[in-house]
Amino acid sequence: MQVLTFLLKRFGWMIVTVWIVFTVSFFLMRQIPGGPFNGERVLSEAVRARLEARYNLDAPISEQYFTHLWNTVQLDFGPSFKMQDFTVNEVLAQGFPVSAALGILGMVFAISIGMTSGIVSAVRRNSAYDYSFMLLATLGIAIPNFVLAALLIVVFVFNLQMFPAAGWGDISQIILPAFCLGAPFAGYIARLTRTGMLEVLGNDYIRTAYAKGLSPRTVVLKHGLRGALLPVVSYLGPAIAGILTGSLVLERIFVIPGMGSHFIEAAIQRDYTLAMGALLTYTVLLFVMNTLVDLAYSIIDPRVQLE
Amino acid sequence: MSISDHQASELERLTKILREAHDVQGVSLWADGWKRLKRNRAAMTSLWILGVIVTLALLTPMLPLQSPIFQDVKNRELLPPQWDSFSLDIQAYDRETTDLEKQSSAAQGRDKEEYTRLVSLIAAREQTHPIKLYWNNPGTLVTWMIQLRMAIFGDYCIPSIFGTDKLGRDVLSRVFWGSRVSLACGFIATFVSLIIGVSYGAISGYLGGRVDNIMMRIVDVFYSIPFIFIVIFIMSFLSSPGIREPLQENGIEQIHVFFLLIGAIYWLTMARVVRGQVISLKNDQFIEAAKTIGATRMQIVFRHLVPNVMGIVIVYLTLTIPAVIRFEAFLSFLGMGVNAPDISWGLLVNEGVQVITVVKSYWWMIAFSGMALAMTLFALNFLGDGVRDALDPKLKNK
Repeated sequence: MQVLTFLLKRFGWMIVTVWIVFTVSFFLMRQIPGGPFNGERVLSEAVRARLEARYNLDAPISEQYFTHLWNTVQLDFGPSFKMQDFTVNEVLAQGFPVSAALGILGMVFAISIGMTSGIVSAVRRNSAYDYSFMLLATLGIAIPNFVLAALLIVVFVFNLQMFPAAGWGDISQIILPAFCLGAPFAGYIARLTRTGMLEVLGNDYIRTAYAKGLSPRTVVLKHGLRGALLPVVSYLGPAIAGILTGSLVLERIFVIPGMGSHFIEAAIQRDYTLAMGALLTYTVLLFVMNTLVDLAYSIIDPRVQLE
Repeated sequence: MSISDHQASELERLTKILREAHDVQGVSLWADGWKRLKRNRAAMTSLWILGVIVTLALLTPMLPLQSPIFQDVKNRELLPPQWDSFSLDIQAYDRETTDLEKQSSAAQGRDKEEYTRLVSLIAAREQTHPIKLYWNNPGTLVTWMIQLRMAIFGDYCIPSIFGTDKLGRDVLSRVFWGSRVSLACGFIATFVSLIIGVSYGAISGYLGGRVDNIMMRIVDVFYSIPFIFIVIFIMSFLSSPGIREPLQENGIEQIHVFFLLIGAIYWLTMARVVRGQVISLKNDQFIEAAKTIGATRMQIVFRHLVPNVMGIVIVYLTLTIPAVIRFEAFLSFLGMGVNAPDISWGLLVNEGVQVITVVKSYWWMIAFSGMALAMTLFALNFLGDGVRDALDPKLKNK
């Protein structure tokens, strides 16, 4: 019941947020002099007629607004401005699975590398492992992912020739971008795991577990890790937002036909309908992800109240 | 023991206490924090590195660097790092101008036609002076600094030890000039976020009640808006000809709007933190004292509350600056931020990535700008951690 009210409330806020984003971008789009709605280039009569029919440009702006809003509510973002023969929905539907695959793999990298090195650092506190892992983590956090990607391309693609430079479809093509995508978050997660573990390992129940004669492995992985998970899970929300933005650049560097490339391309080409469709999709995605993270948090830590 | 005796001893005791209190030097938060920061070797090293980077960025026009925008595709395209000397031709140009000036003063009074011709020629040469050409019409201060550099170093330039790019421009000089934009963005945008965040948070926290509720709900909504995407969206509007030109006519460059825009989206966390602090402070006695002497609400917020939250504000500033620099680099990398002829580190990395071909990687175009950016962010992160530990020990390891 509590979960249901929580979800309903979140849904309500999501509607408000999406509506604000929609309204702001709608009016920005109309305000622009020389924009596509005012004929930046001379359009052919047929194209103009089609545009005008589609967007109802002769109608007063309030009516246009509600028509557009109604279409958007029905998840119809209209035709793309620059890519003829494509609707925004088609473009997004093509890009989304690609971006999702990249994002999920990046997240898997971040969590597996980050948590492993964090646990090792905490257990072997002040050892050479600890120092080198934490130095690497700070490096991963400090170096922007596109710099990392550029350097890795130079090293692994050109000098060692281990991976193809760009493209999509092959498993070897996804490893480098996913690693670059996950690296900064692996750094954060490593630091959070280490701090969380150190706090937990000093607790009485850990001593009790050792006293019962449990093996160090069981104590650390079964009793210690659960407590150390909390800060990591609460970090997942920002991490997901970061993964979404990170994939913008990485998709461009590695020429991956995901939603990020389409969005940037649309912004550069000023394909407003596509940009707006992608923007709204990102907003919803972020909201849904954050809600899921909050839910997961309350499951791991029953003391947390959903609100 | 008489009453006066008692009074005298009491007086003596109090004077002693007062004298002792006088001798004890109070340690301010800042002095204490500075002492702690000085013990943190990583943070101090970072502070030195940053000091050097900022000084070099400020002094860039005075350093004997090549022109960051002068192109020579034919002879200098994508040269690897090298020590071959390179010099400017400004002194020769200036000598020619001096010759013309001599001629004109000789012609003055004798040959009026020749004189006006020479004067207009000299004026035209002033307009097309290489300094304007090589440094893209610099402002007054930068022109002055470049002239100083010419006086000190003459035509000498540091060789292209970082190589050249695909238009034959010197990468070393571009990295230096790019640092100015990247750092300026970091500081200006952070300053904007500071002003907005602190005012918003302080007002919200002090007023409390329904106003506070509404203001914080707005922040909540903002938190769930993906601002990076919105900025990209807005930048694509700003770059459209119909918007950019009217703005430029009013003296507003796209880059200024860009700085403000970044600052305007990084204030949310600051506002929340300041609000929390203000709420915990606002019922303290010194606020009551301020109220009794008739301070207005705005005076209480900005004269009495805000200075008291500065510690935590500084801590968040050190976290905001690298985030902002990274964001600027990110957007410039995507081609949505700083545009040519302005240079920033993100733009340089982007140029480096663009020239990667199947045949050759031209590593020097990525390595140096990327390292400059990474080193700055690295140092800022370490310094930020150090400052946080120094000013707010409770937050340590959080």
